[in-house]
Order: sequence, then structure tokens, then C-alpha cells
Amino acid sequence: MLAVKRLEKTFGLIRAVRDVSFQVAQGEVLGFLGPNGAGKTTTMRMITGFLPPTAGTAIIMGHDIIHEPISAKKLIGYLPENAPVYADMTVWNYLGFIAEIRGFIGRVRVERVQQTIETCRLDTVKHQAIGTLSKGYKQRVCFAQTLLHDPPVLIMDEPTDGLDPNQKHIVRTMIRNMAARKAIVISTHILEEVEAICTRVIIIRDGSIVANASPTELKAKSRAHGAVELTVKSAPGDLVAKLERLTSAARVEVYPPQAAPKATGVQMPRVVVYPRPSAAGAAIAAGPAQLATDILALVKANPGWDLAAMKTLEGRLDDVFRELTESKN
Amino acid sequence: MDSIRNTKAIIKRELASYFESPVAYVFMVVFLMLIGFLTFFVSRFYESGQADLRGFFFWHPWMFLILVPAAAMRLWAEERRAGTIEILLTLPVTVTQVILGKFLAAWIFIGLIVALTFPIVLTTVYLGAPDRGAIIGGYIGSLLLAGAYLAVGMLTSALTRNQVISFVLSLVICLFLLLAGWPPVTDLMVRWAPEWLVRGVAAFSFMPHYEAFQKGVLDLRDFAYYFSVMIFMLFGTHLVLENRKAA
Repeated sequence: MLAVKRLEKTFGLIRAVRDVSFQVAQGEVLGFLGPNGAGKTTTMRMITGFLPPTAGTAIIMGHDIIHEPISAKKLIGYLPENAPVYADMTVWNYLGFIAEIRGFIGRVRVERVQQTIETCRLDTVKHQAIGTLSKGYKQRVCFAQTLLHDPPVLIMDEPTDGLDPNQKHIVRTMIRNMAARKAIVISTHILEEVEAICTRVIIIRDGSIVANASPTELKAKSRAHGAVELTVKSAPGDLVAKLERLTSAARVEVYPPQAAPKATGVQMPRVVVYPRPSAAGAAIAAGPAQLATDILALVKANPGWDLAAMKTLEGRLDDVFRELTESKN
Repeated sequence: MDSIRNTKAIIKRELASYFESPVAYVFMVVFLMLIGFLTFFVSRFYESGQADLRGFFFWHPWMFLILVPAAAMRLWAEERRAGTIEILLTLPVTVTQVILGKFLAAWIFIGLIVALTFPIVLTTVYLGAPDRGAIIGGYIGSLLLAGAYLAVGMLTSALTRNQVISFVLSLVICLFLLLAGWPPVTDLMVRWAPEWLVRGVAAFSFMPHYEAFQKGVLDLRDFAYYFSVMIFMLFGTHLVLENRKAA
């Protein structure tokens, strides 16, 4: 539904966005990640037709944003950063204005505004000036503006920025509920949000895409993916040494109890064994699966070890994010 | 059809935003009080012994110098400052529709304030038999002048996110255009500029065109002058917005 083709944006000498291409299909929620200043907002502004690209274009359901801006813009709902809405207008008048521009007239317009107000739970404040509302409500008014014409493509720039946990939950639920019928792009730097709602993730750094995969695939790239965590009641002296001797283990780290504070129960030290990456054609068997098997065998062979728990780690998105976006120097 | 509906929607919103804040009322009261004071006491309306509105129209270019840039300064600068320009220009509207909508809304707003000076006209008619043509011409000229100032104000407002800068810039430009034909200004140029340049600059001045209307002369050339100033400035606004939307 949305195809972004080789977008480029140059501001003076700065190349803010370099050769960014991706596609979003119906039912997909694409998380657009990257550190501040990586070019997320600029890319979104080009897709929505606010900024003209230096090169490349965005096609919204067959309509080129550069050559057919009006038809393309009709299909997009755009939530800019910080939810900019006219502070001196009431919620009702503001949405009425948007509805009029979106081509709804007469009774249809009134119904459409009322319906959107209900969907976004703005009924109690609909006759209040937007400037007098709290940040959460303001964000929802802007959200209502993006949804009013039920657009097939939604572009949202940090939709939950600055909201409290309850409000974040409401916004995420709303996004998840309509995801099946739409193509959605949201930019964020809250990684838990990505795991909660995104079906695919693009990580952008210095204007270029450095990763384009599902959250699960990305987590698999993490250093901790496939690592085995053992929680031990007491650590016998030979435990760490024996684990280190495993050919499938790359490294063993011991975390003393205070490093892993738990709200309940006795605090116990944890031992994390990181897997050696499996290399094709290598003489020894390695990889996460091998590591888990090896450790299990080792535990059985040493009945003296007093384990409380053992689990395989999935990997962490923020590790991958940092690895991909942190400058090497 | 779409373009008319869009422009109308913008006009409605802009007008509402003038009247939803105290701005509109402050403008009205200040303008009407000042114009009354200037007409009756400074221009000595009663002492002149003549029932005409020359003293009234004389003040319009000077009053507008403050009023119009103040009414125009928020048109784009405020959209930029608040970021609302990002939603406005990603709606299915063209930049031209938005510019026209905003311009017409502000023009209607100024027109409304000028229309509220009608008691002065009634007073004059009551006191004597003023030249109706001169009054109608005077009002037309005054509105066109306001439109030209407004177009300048639109352009300066589009240039910055700071309303004060927009106000000062448009005041200076309008003042220059107002005085360009005035001897103290032309004299400054005569010393170094060639004759054709001095004449050229003087021909740009608002004043001679404005004075023609006051005499009740509706010359097509004067209309053409004002409309070309407006179109030129609005076109400039369009260029500025296309090139630096995010600034």
C-alpha cells in the first residue's frame, strides 16, 4: 500500500536521508527506529508531502506524492511529532474544520466528527478549547484528526511521546485494533512499544537503513540470543569452570545477587552462558541449540549443583539497537 | 469545486480564530477610537467648515501601517511556531488554496473594521452634502490599500516563525512603499541614482494611487496597480512556503 522509493534529502551540506526504500503492506505495523536526528521525522515528512525530497518518491496506493499530491494526501492520516493542533479552537470546531477539508459536508460531516470523537474518547471535552486540555487529550485530538477520514495509510511520528503509561496503553490498543485494515508506520524510540505492536522494524542511522526485519529476527541478532541463564542457590566451585570448558560456550558471566534485584523471594546469583556462534564447516558443534543440550547434559552429570531455574534467553532489542546505531569510535 | 470548498473552509477557520481570541475586539476598538480622534480632533473636522471625508481618509494609510501588519503577522508565523503548518500542508489542499483562504479571511477582517467607521460617514451626510463618489471611491481605495499591505504582511509572515520580526519587516516595507514617491525620499535618491530609477521607485508608491481614489476617480490603472502588488506578494509567499516549509 505504501512504497517508499530511494528517498534522499539534503539540507545544505547535510545528507539527512540517504537512499531510503521500503514497502508497507496492509496489516503491517512498521516500527521506524533510530536515534534522535537519524532522519525519521524527515523521512515521514517526505512521505506525507510536507517536505519535497531531494530525490526519490513515495507511492501511496498507486499515487505518487510528488506528482499527484492531492490524491495521495487523501489516503494518508498523519500524526506529526508533538501533536500540533490549533490551541484556540474547540475540539469540535477543529475536527469540523478537518472534516470539511477532507471533503465531508452537511450531516455526514457532523456524524463523522461525532463518530471520531467517540472513537477517540473525547466526548467529555468536545466543547473545550484545545489549548486548555492536558497533553494526553491534545495528543488524542491530533490522533482523531489523523483517523477522521479512515485513511488506509497511517504515518505517526512518536504517537506516545510524553504520555503517561495509561494513555500509552490506550493509544497502543487503538493502533493494534485498526492494524489489520491499514498500513501503519510509527516512529518511536521506545523499544517495548515496538515489541508490543510492530510486525516489522526498520532501524535507521545517519539517514540510512541499517536493519529491516521482524522484531523476533532482530532479537536473534542480539549477543544474548540463545544464551542460557542458570539461577543457582549456591555456586559450587567447579560450576563456572566446567561451563567454561564447554566447546559450545563462548563466555560465562556470573552476576552476584545484588546485580539482579528481585522483588520477591531469596536473591540468588545468576550465571549466564553465551553461545559460541555456529560457523559453517567448523569441526565442533556450536550454536544456541547445541549450548542448551550441552548444559543440560552437564547439569545431569553433576547432581551436586543446586539449581533453582534454567532458561534460554531470547535476546534483547535494545542490545541490537545499540549495536546498530552506536558509532564505533 | 474542491478548491472553492477548501478555500472557504480555510477562510472560516481563520476568521473564527480572529474572533475566538480577544485580538479582533482589541483591534476594532483601538482602530475606531484612533480614527475618530484623528479625524475629528487632529484633522479639525468641525472647524474646516466643509462636510467631506478628506481628513478621515487621510489617516487610513498611517493607521493601516500598524493595524494591517499586526493582523497579518500571525497568519504563517504562528503556524510555523506551533507546528500546525505540518498538518495544514499535509491535508489534501494546495498551497495556493491555503494562501488565498488566509489572505481573504484577513482582508474580510480588516474590511469589517473599516466598515464599522460608518458613523463618521453618517455624521458627514447629516452635516452637509458630501460628494458621494468621493466617499465610495475613498472606501474602495482604502480597502485596496489594506489588501496591498496585507499581501506584504503575508509574505513577511511566511518568512519567519517570529511574529515580531514579521510585524517590523512588513511595517518597514509598507512604510517604504508609502513614502517612495514622497519628495524627502526621492531627494535622497536624486543625488546618486539615475533619473529613471528615481521615477521607477516613485511609481511603486502606494500614495498617488490612493489619492486618485479619494477624489472619486476609479481608474483601471489604479486597480491594476493594487492587484498586481497583491498578486506579486502572494506569489512570493507561495515561493517562500514551497521552499522552506519546515523552517
